[in-house]
Order: sequence, then C-alpha cells, then structure tokens
Amino acid sequence: MATIITYKPFGRKAILIEWIPIIALEILNDIILFKDKITTQNSGFYLDFSIGYNSLTILFKENILNFQGEIETLQKIYSLKIKSLKTQNFLWEIPVCYDLEFGIDLKEMSNLSNLDISKIIEIHSKNVYTVFFIGFLPGFLYLGGLNPMVFFDRKSNPRLHVEKGSVGIGGVQTGIYPISSAGGWNIIGKSPINFFDVDKEIPCFAKSGDQIKFNQISKEEFYDIEKLVLVNKYQLLKTIIHD
Amino acid sequence: MIKVLKAGFYTTIQDQGRIGFAAIGVPISGAMDLYSSNLANSILNNSFEEAVLEITFGVCQFQFLSKTSICISGGDFSPTINQQPVVLNSKILVNEKDILSFGKINFGARCYLAVKGGFLTEKKLSSRSYFKNITTSFLIQTGELLPISLASRELKVANTAVKMNPSHFDSEIIECYKGPEFELLSIQRQYLLFETIFSISNDNNRMGYKLNETITNNIPSILTSAVLPGTVQLTPSGKLIVLMRDCQVTGGYPRVLQLSANAINKLAQKKTGSKFSFTSIYI
Repeated sequence: MATIITYKPFGRKAILIEWIPIIALEILNDIILFKDKITTQNSGFYLDFSIGYNSLTILFKENILNFQGEIETLQKIYSLKIKSLKTQNFLWEIPVCYDLEFGIDLKEMSNLSNLDISKIIEIHSKNVYTVFFIGFLPGFLYLGGLNPMVFFDRKSNPRLHVEKGSVGIGGVQTGIYPISSAGGWNIIGKSPINFFDVDKEIPCFAKSGDQIKFNQISKEEFYDIEKLVLVNKYQLLKTIIHD
Repeated sequence: MIKVLKAGFYTTIQDQGRIGFAAIGVPISGAMDLYSSNLANSILNNSFEEAVLEITFGVCQFQFLSKTSICISGGDFSPTINQQPVVLNSKILVNEKDILSFGKINFGARCYLAVKGGFLTEKKLSSRSYFKNITTSFLIQTGELLPISLASRELKVANTAVKMNPSHFDSEIIECYKGPEFELLSIQRQYLLFETIFSISNDNNRMGYKLNETITNNIPSILTSAVLPGTVQLTPSGKLIVLMRDCQVTGGYPRVLQLSANAINKLAQKKTGSKFSFTSIYI
C-alpha cells in the first residue's frame, strides 16, 4: 500500500513526493528508506530533504530544467531493491515531571474528560511514540502514537509563553516545546532535557524514525537532572531499535 | 569593527542562509532580498557567501573604526557619510571614524550594507544569518561592535554605480508557480487568486506576509508537510500567507502558490499596504 506515490514540482528547485494522506508507520519507513536510497545513490544534485507525515520534499541545488527526467531518475532509485536502512534508529527515554507545578493544564483536562489526573499521566507515559519528523521549531518532534483516550483539543486561547521543555497534548498529537514559544497545546508536564542545542555537534539528538518513551520523574529528580544537563553531564538512555 | 550608533527598527546580519538543516527543523533564513544583497557583494568583488547587514526602514547610524570599502544596495533610505549623500550600488571608500547614516525612505523596505570581505559575526550551522535560539543575538543592538574583515591595501575608488531596474521596487506583479495544492481549489477560486489585487497586512515580517484580502477556502488542512520561502498558504479563514526567508520548515495549510526566486526578492521590498497581484508562470 505504501508504494502509491506521486511526484509534483514544488517551485523551480524542489520536487514534492507524496504518499497516501494517512499517518502510518509503514509510510514513514518507506519515506526514510527512499531518502536513504537517494542519498546513497545520487546525493550530488540535492541540497536538502524535508520529511512530512506522508511526504518527502527534495530541494535541488540548481533550477530543475527537466522535471520529467528528474522524476524518472527518482522513480528508478525508488524501485531499487535495498531493504536495509543505513540509518540506525534509537528508542530514547525522556524524563518528564508531571507535577501540577509543571502540568498546568492537567486539572482542567481531568475535569473535561472525567479521567483522573493520574490516569492521564499513566496513559501518556505508557506508550512508545514514533518521531515522524521535526518541524514548527528547531528540535520540535512530531510524534505519532498518542492514545485516543487522551486526545484533547488545542486551547481556544493560545498562551503567549509556553516554557521550554513543556510537554503538551494538541488534538491527536503530543510533543515537547524545545524552546519557549507561544503555543496552544494543553501542558501536562515538563522535561529537563534539551531538545535543541545549536552548539552540539548533533543539535537535535532525535531524528525521523526514532522512538520516544516518557519516563515519569519526581520534582527532586527533575531539578537534579536539570543541573546535570546544564553542565553537559546528563546521559540520555537510548536503545537501538531492531526491526 | 563597525560601531552601531543607532540600531534602527530591525537590523540583522544575513547571508545566503542555513541550508541543509530541515531535518532538525531549522529555518533557512538569509537576506530577504537576495538579489540586492548579492549585488552589494558583487560590486565589492566579494563572494556571495559574505554576510551583509540587512536594514529595515533605515533610521540607523554606524561608525567605522577602520578604513574599508562598502556598498549599499536595495531600498533607498537616503544614506549619507559624514552627512554627505552617497550613491547606492557603488563602491564607497570609508575612513576611520566616518559616520554612515540612513534617514528618509525614498523607496523599498530593506537595504543592504556590504563591506569588503564581509561581516565576521559568529557562524552557527554554517551561516551567520541571525535567528533566535540559533545565533546568540537576533537583532543588532545600539552600542555594539560588529566585526568586519580587515581591508586589504588595494582599496580603489570606482566612480561608477550599477543602475538597478526600478521594477524591482515598484512592479505590482509577483510571479509564481502553481503550488502543490493549487489544483484542489475550485476553478473559480483559482481564477480569483490571479485576478484579485492583494495588499500586504501589517502582520508582515521575516517569517511571512499575511495579506488582507480573502479567498474563501474550500480545501481542508493537509497533513503537515514541507514549506519553503515563497510558499503561499491558504488558511482556513481564507487569508493568504506568503512565507518569507525565516519561515518554519513544515506547515499544515494548503500550499496554493510558490513564488519564483526573484518574486521573493521583489516582495521583500514591499511594505504594509503595498498592492500587487500574482501572475502564473509555467514550469
């Protein structure tokens, strides 16, 4: 099913490749595999790649003179029989403190849903989430896999200031604000981890295809980890994902 | 070094931008009007890669702490050196302690100050372009010192100025390609997109320009996908947003048009209230 894909020009310098419009792991894996094949085969002509839920956008170095020709080249690369990804994916364990001091919308969410606060936390920290791609802000992970029991509409009045590290639920999605920003998601906790640090060799540790698990921590642990993060001494737990 | 005596309204360091970091959500950035910033660099025989100062609507003042040569391109904000008017798009020699001021806006929204060898502010993710949370500062501040390349000995005057085509500033035609979701619009709305005279709302900045006029929207949101500088999004309320250099890397609104590279440069010189219409060019 993942193989029905279309190619469209996106301005003069980009090609947009689209899969069927659903959010699905099979599609994400097909996108990542395609991107890997392209970068192994033919990376010289391309400047950058941008992944969406059901799309891969390829930015070219020069104006594209022959779209049909480029699309045929890409179709050939797509049909190459390479199974193994060269990218190694990880499961990251992200400490999150769900204390009401940080989870400033938990009470309201509990009232709206008739779920106990502890139940919301339990559901949120139980699932393993997949990183589909990164967008909106540097280091903002688009995660799939939220339990429908904790879908909460975005707030009708977005906050002008959501603190860095805040963990939120917006509609069918959950995510972490990598920097302080305006935002309309329901805030349920806070992580002391940096999701984007421009001075690190790899500014954002996570990438498309990785997985995230939220580990509930106490306020004391939050402050301890925050101190370690500040001096670059905190080691995130990660496990290699095997197919 | 250049000392900032008056930082002005919105002044930043810009270059060609940060390309290759979409995977971690980092915007491209770079000079809003790349045509003018490239022109300023080429008049000084600089590489296009050298960083320049992007000045929005003038009212700023700088003092040179060393001898160098400069070029000012883009919008005309009545530049003077020691109160003597100077010509745009020409190579100008400046001496230690000279004061460069910008005043009255004659045309355009942004001008570029290039110096021989370029500005040498910090490079983050292969670019010097200012961006919040990427570079340490994201706006030039009054009183700060901006490092520039040391001028070589051969500073020669050139008595010629490049003449710029005025249509770069006053053309009301913005060329674009059909965007990925264009075909989803009803025929009537496709037609309206090209027949409407649009105006820029006061909600406009380096991230994007929101337009005042409305095209009723019949397309639902899309699954979040890539956007680029020059992407025209149609929001659920029917307002259009033209994304500019500092735009996010992904978005969820239908992408109805994609500006040509030079149309982005032209739009970068327009301001609140400026009117224009989109015209379709074919790939």
